[in-house]
Amino acid sequence: MIDLVCLGKAFDLQKEIVAKITGIEDSRVVNCKSLNGDLVFLQSDTSINPDLANQKVVVGQKFLDQLYLGDVLLLKPNGFVRILFRVKSNHNSLFVTEMCNSNCLMCSQPPKNADDIDYHYTINEQLINLIPKSTKFLGITGGEPLLLESKFVKLLDDCQNLLPETHIHVLTNGRYFAWPKFVELFNGIDKERIVFGIPLYSDFDENHDFIVQAKNAFNQTILGLHNLGRNEFRIEIRCVLHKLTFERLPRLAEYIYSNLPFVEHIAFMGLEYTGYTPYNSKLLWIEPHAYSTELEQSVLFLNSVGINVSIYNIPLCLLTPSTRKFARNSISDWKKEYLEECIGCSHLNDCGGVFGTSKIQSAYIKAIID
Amino acid sequence: MENIRNKRNRKFRTREYYGNSASDYHLLPFRFIELSESKEILVNEVGESLIVPRGTALKIAQRCIAENDPIIPDLISRFFISRKPIPELIDVLATRYRTKKSFLDSFTSLHIFVLTLRCNHSCHYCQVSRVTENREDFDISYNDIDLGIDHMFKSPSKKLTIEFQGGEPLLAFDKLEYAIERITRLNKDFKKELSFVVCTNATVFNTKNLQFLKEHNVLISTSLDGPEFLHDANRPKTGRNSYQLVLNGINYARKMVGHDQVSALMTTTRLSLDYPIEIIDNYLENGFNNIFLRPISPYGFALKNKTKNIYDDKKFLEFYKKGLDHIIKINQRGRYFVEDYTAILLKKILTPFCTNYVDLQSPSGIINNVVVFNYDGRVYASDESRMLAERNDLTFLLGHVSDSYESIFYGKKSKELSKYWSNESLAGCSDCAFQSYCGADPVYHYASQGDFEGFRPTSGFCLKNMGIIKHLFELMDFRKEEVMPIFISWISN
Repeated sequence: MIDLVCLGKAFDLQKEIVAKITGIEDSRVVNCKSLNGDLVFLQSDTSINPDLANQKVVVGQKFLDQLYLGDVLLLKPNGFVRILFRVKSNHNSLFVTEMCNSNCLMCSQPPKNADDIDYHYTINEQLINLIPKSTKFLGITGGEPLLLESKFVKLLDDCQNLLPETHIHVLTNGRYFAWPKFVELFNGIDKERIVFGIPLYSDFDENHDFIVQAKNAFNQTILGLHNLGRNEFRIEIRCVLHKLTFERLPRLAEYIYSNLPFVEHIAFMGLEYTGYTPYNSKLLWIEPHAYSTELEQSVLFLNSVGINVSIYNIPLCLLTPSTRKFARNSISDWKKEYLEECIGCSHLNDCGGVFGTSKIQSAYIKAIID
Repeated sequence: MENIRNKRNRKFRTREYYGNSASDYHLLPFRFIELSESKEILVNEVGESLIVPRGTALKIAQRCIAENDPIIPDLISRFFISRKPIPELIDVLATRYRTKKSFLDSFTSLHIFVLTLRCNHSCHYCQVSRVTENREDFDISYNDIDLGIDHMFKSPSKKLTIEFQGGEPLLAFDKLEYAIERITRLNKDFKKELSFVVCTNATVFNTKNLQFLKEHNVLISTSLDGPEFLHDANRPKTGRNSYQLVLNGINYARKMVGHDQVSALMTTTRLSLDYPIEIIDNYLENGFNNIFLRPISPYGFALKNKTKNIYDDKKFLEFYKKGLDHIIKINQRGRYFVEDYTAILLKKILTPFCTNYVDLQSPSGIINNVVVFNYDGRVYASDESRMLAERNDLTFLLGHVSDSYESIFYGKKSKELSKYWSNESLAGCSDCAFQSYCGADPVYHYASQGDFEGFRPTSGFCLKNMGIIKHLFELMDFRKEEVMPIFISWISN
């Protein structure tokens, strides 16, 4: 695990600044520069630069050690520092809002109600100007990004103009796309360089609506997927595996093939035991080995009818041998972990590990020896 | 969009809050049929099916399904019932219907050119061929080829398949060469996606014609009826052993144009009925990955030789079932081998897509998907239509190749036929559970029962397709674990 945030001590920092690391002087001092030229120094103790002529934030050495030239940081007057973009990582995202129109029982980052759209928008507009043009991959996530409405289209447009090589992956519930006029707003963007990752938890509307805690959400998401497909957007469907989704999983796979055969990828995802999940544990928690039959059936079916399918967030030891080749190294580098049980496992190099953020882990994790 | 803006209340609600009263629903169009003593099959308008306990259809119609009946989610998600009179996902259903009927979008794509009636074989089930040397009387003229090609390029279809038939089309190799070269030349402007097929008995190959077929990427379709004793009995050739000649031809062609460019078709005669296993094993031994267990067409010369060719359709069903069972075993042993007719039906039953098989469409494939330019310049609605014509029945003659495109494709004959080419509106089909998997065949019914509409209770077409489709459902229900992986592997390629 890597800490993306740190609470340090700020000196002379008047306002929030989004700044890119432009120099690492020695292991104890890091220089950052914002888009309009503000300079900030990050350092490990107050004894460096005693003349306080410059803005500076003092943070721990451990945090400094994980920063690289080109990383982008958000620095606040109260000494709070967040890493917004890591050049060495493939898992960078623009975080656009904490608001959401759903309230999924297993949300790993529970939404908030305060309107923070403009706040994050201002940060992201600076961020996309500061990250390297060579960036291969950028996610957009929330909350529910589509709540930005036309601002979201503007942000995408700016991303695509500023970062002509970058592929964008948007995590959205897709409900807004049920309105064809809303989909039309996206017609100006380069469809090749964007994938919408949209969750679908059941083929049965009541199940899906209950899981996402929103009436009519299923119909809106299906119509949204349909409208996106009709307009030839690239789509990924995501389904989190838990007690409320596994039973009808093979049926969901059939439903996707019958009604949404145009999707280019389906990801079945292990549960991250954090956020709302511990609170709803009784409803949700199930050992991955208990759903391995349903998962295997669904994955093999989709694969045999020619739809790309992946398993995310489940270590190889919890999968049946025939489904292991579908497992991907999906857990973001900063929250991926291996456990003591993994020592000596012959599949360690191929395994995506477990969520370091999960508060409990499967009892069945053990080294595969072969 | 009001209801999808930011949520304010973050309190979790119970499962019941998101449920609906189960008895309050509306019916979507579906049909049903008995599968066994304890089960029935429900099939809806887009071919989605569900195997349920007997009496379920009645319970659905009478609103007697219990609130907690586990069938409710399936009925809703598969579009058998809806909570609202017009389902909220009706656009999705409409797309699925349109997709199932999308073979209509492109209109005629398969264009058959009968280059000659001359043949070096005298098969007793052959509908058309003549053993003769008289070229003028039985070969197509260059002028008629030109006119046929001109009609073909008027088709709105982006894909065109050109199939050369006979007689033995390679006996008129000069005509074949001419047609392919002209089509290729003209296509530089039309830019259609072209596929060429030649239906040959594989006994007249030489370096020259194979080289040409290879250069133009022509698929070779030949006839192989099974083991030597059977093939030779079905396909006699004066003085020579047809089986050996065909196998030599197949191997020669594979070597020259590529293994996958050569396919074979079998015809089931009365004699064949006893040998399904032997026929299939023969295809396996000869390096094929598929077989089409095809009943004889009750047309043309086949009727002249009734003892050899006409048999009870039930006998064919037995033959098919035995054969399919053997093929399933072959696949279980790890060898990928497909029964083509089954694969076509499975695509209709298990996938959201349409098939391009012209004999099992509604509206029917005649004119909509296929047209035949005969050696004498006459244009027919299908291959079977010209077989009838060889027995002096010109019912399905659409016109002459020198007539206008409109008069051939949209003329009086087409309009008359169109009244009988949709099974949605045929008695006995309109309420059939298997309607969306089956087709309408006015030519077959005219030939076998005397009118375009036909009479389903005694129709061989109906008996065969009902029997096969029901058998497939039985397999997918009773032997699910065994057959599904195999069936799914057949539909995905």
